[in-house]
Amino acid sequence: MITAKKVTKEYSSKRALDDVDLFIPKGSIYGLLGPNGAGKTSFIRIMNQITAPDQGEVYFGNELLQPKDIARIGYLPEERGLYKKMKVGEQVLYLARLKGLTTSEAKNRAKDWFERLEMSGWWDKKVEDLSKGMAQKVQFVTTVLHEPELLIFDEPFTGFDPINTNLIKGEIQRLNENGATVIFSTHRMESVEEICNHIGLIDNGKVMIEGNLLDIRKHYKDGTFAFTTRTLIDDWGGHKVLSQKEDHMGYRTVLKSATFPKEMVIALSEKEVLVAFEEVLPTVSDIFIEIVKNGPKPWKHE
Amino acid sequence: MDLNLGNMSNPIFLIIQREFLSRVRKKTFLLVTLIGPLAFAALMIVPGLLASMPEDAKEIIVLDEPSLLLPHEGKEQYQLEYLDPRENDLELAKELLRDSKYDALLYIPSGESWDPDFIKNNILLYGKEDPSMEMQGYLDYLLEEQINKAKLLKNGVDPAVVAQIKTNVSIKSFTLGEEGTDEQSAVPIKMALGYITGMLIYFFIFFYSVQVMRGVMEEKSSRIVEVIISSVRPYQLMMGKILGIGLVGVVQFIIWIGLSGILYTVISTFLFPELFAEQAAAGADGNPAAEMVGLEVLDMLRSVDFTTVIVGFAFYFFGGYFLYSALFAAVGSAVDQEADSQQFMLPVTIPMILAIITAMNVIQEPNGALAFWMSMIPLTSPITMMIRLPFGIPLWEVFLSGAILVSTFFAVVGLAGKIYRVGILMYGKKVTWKELFKWLKY
Repeated sequence: MITAKKVTKEYSSKRALDDVDLFIPKGSIYGLLGPNGAGKTSFIRIMNQITAPDQGEVYFGNELLQPKDIARIGYLPEERGLYKKMKVGEQVLYLARLKGLTTSEAKNRAKDWFERLEMSGWWDKKVEDLSKGMAQKVQFVTTVLHEPELLIFDEPFTGFDPINTNLIKGEIQRLNENGATVIFSTHRMESVEEICNHIGLIDNGKVMIEGNLLDIRKHYKDGTFAFTTRTLIDDWGGHKVLSQKEDHMGYRTVLKSATFPKEMVIALSEKEVLVAFEEVLPTVSDIFIEIVKNGPKPWKHE
Repeated sequence: MDLNLGNMSNPIFLIIQREFLSRVRKKTFLLVTLIGPLAFAALMIVPGLLASMPEDAKEIIVLDEPSLLLPHEGKEQYQLEYLDPRENDLELAKELLRDSKYDALLYIPSGESWDPDFIKNNILLYGKEDPSMEMQGYLDYLLEEQINKAKLLKNGVDPAVVAQIKTNVSIKSFTLGEEGTDEQSAVPIKMALGYITGMLIYFFIFFYSVQVMRGVMEEKSSRIVEVIISSVRPYQLMMGKILGIGLVGVVQFIIWIGLSGILYTVISTFLFPELFAEQAAAGADGNPAAEMVGLEVLDMLRSVDFTTVIVGFAFYFFGGYFLYSALFAAVGSAVDQEADSQQFMLPVTIPMILAIITAMNVIQEPNGALAFWMSMIPLTSPITMMIRLPFGIPLWEVFLSGAILVSTFFAVVGLAGKIYRVGILMYGKKVTWKELFKWLKY
């Protein structure tokens, strides 16, 4: 959907994006991850054509990004708001028409969305009379109303209450199933891990790693295994134990093992204490910390 | 109200429409538009009314040793009461002032010889408060008149003869026009017209430009701006706002002109018909002085080129408004709250203030060097040129000044747009001038 080639953006004092190559597959839910100030928002603003890159190109589909593509993108910025004195309905129509919808198209779609999200009756309210959660729903509707092919959410869940978060997550997944490509940008990596299938990790304007989330996690697996046992086991055959704690099934022990700990699995099974066994994949933040510490791990051809 | 201006594809029309409607529909718009002319009329009339209100008369005791003023009783505001110089001296009189209802004491000494030149240098005025300039001026005038008379008498000249000889020259001035079309110049009317229109243009440019700044700041502080500029270019948003608010100005002007017309008709036909009838009739029925004044004013009005003034007003208002509103938009985009805008506002408004400060010089010398240059410099030209226009300015000067103004506008809008583009996305940072210049290069 989006292909960035050698994108560089410089502000007077620093390089916000440094030779960035990114590929956001069509139909994916893509996590654009990295700490604050990594360059995520700079990249998003380039996709939205709010700023232009100093060097490099961005492709939308197979063609270079063009001004008309704005109508195919829905963007919920981190700094978001509405005109306080305007009525909700007028505002929704105004923003939709700026994206190229006609008044009647916008009106029909808005009515549908208002019903879906239980917002009927808000149409003639002024924005300043809405609660924060209500305003967030309105903002969400204005982002998706023109049925964009690409949805970009910058720090989408800061400031959303848990009920709205779930509601909106569900709606986003539904839009994704209907064909929209979704980009989540956030520094809270754990918050999107479960819904993203692709990620790009950036730090200091550089792409650290990018690709299918599961592939990346597999690539960075570091021999961590978790055993859940009925009773507390002390002898782990010389393996380094990382943590041990009681949970609802018994005792969970996490340990390191350079190779697959086959002998431990067999031994514990024979004792009939083993309840569960799994290999633990690193989380995105683990991977991020690992890369920052030791640099990216080269892909081996297996 | 849904003014659907067609489905114009250019989003700038949508922005203009929103900016316009959101302001025109406000109650304050109605209020300002309706009350504006009344307030303006009040501004013109109230100071005059206040000044003409009768004040408590000041009572002045006069110790007049040479009987110079006696028996002059003063006028309504200044009542003169004389002390008997045979029974009083200065010390006694001061004592009397201190414990009495009187406001001031005027002491006219006679000296040894009652010499007018001695007297004129030794007159004293004591007041319970600082004697006002007006009181001093009045007494000066009275005393000068009397001392003049005394001097004339002393030299054996009859003051009545002198009064007859005194001449009041009244020059009729013309501006040399094309052959046979010399126009009677109408300096007083032109001065008034230049001054009033100059002030109005200053006021309106400021009034509407500040609204642009407020609008920019509102979009920035409510955080909607990034949503908008992901749909339209920042430049389009800025221009849409400037044009939309300009349109509000046009509508407001039209309503004001209409209202003023109605107001004038109502006042002249219903409220004070006799006043206006008197004025109109004054010329006709034999009062030669009134006839003269009436005719002269008419002649003067005829000599003013109102088309130029009106077209000039419209042009310089829009030129000045576009220029300043672009600057104000840049200022608004650079700050987070109105209080921070002051440091940028001041340098931007200094040229306008300069134009107002020099207005008097320009009026007195409408074709002087100061007037010429100030009406070429684009930041001052809307005001200064407006002041000069009623005096009849060479056409090339008007066109040159207009061309400079328009081209400056395009240059400034480009620069302001660059600052605006960066500024609207910059939060929580106190911006300095240095940074503003850096943004130009982003």
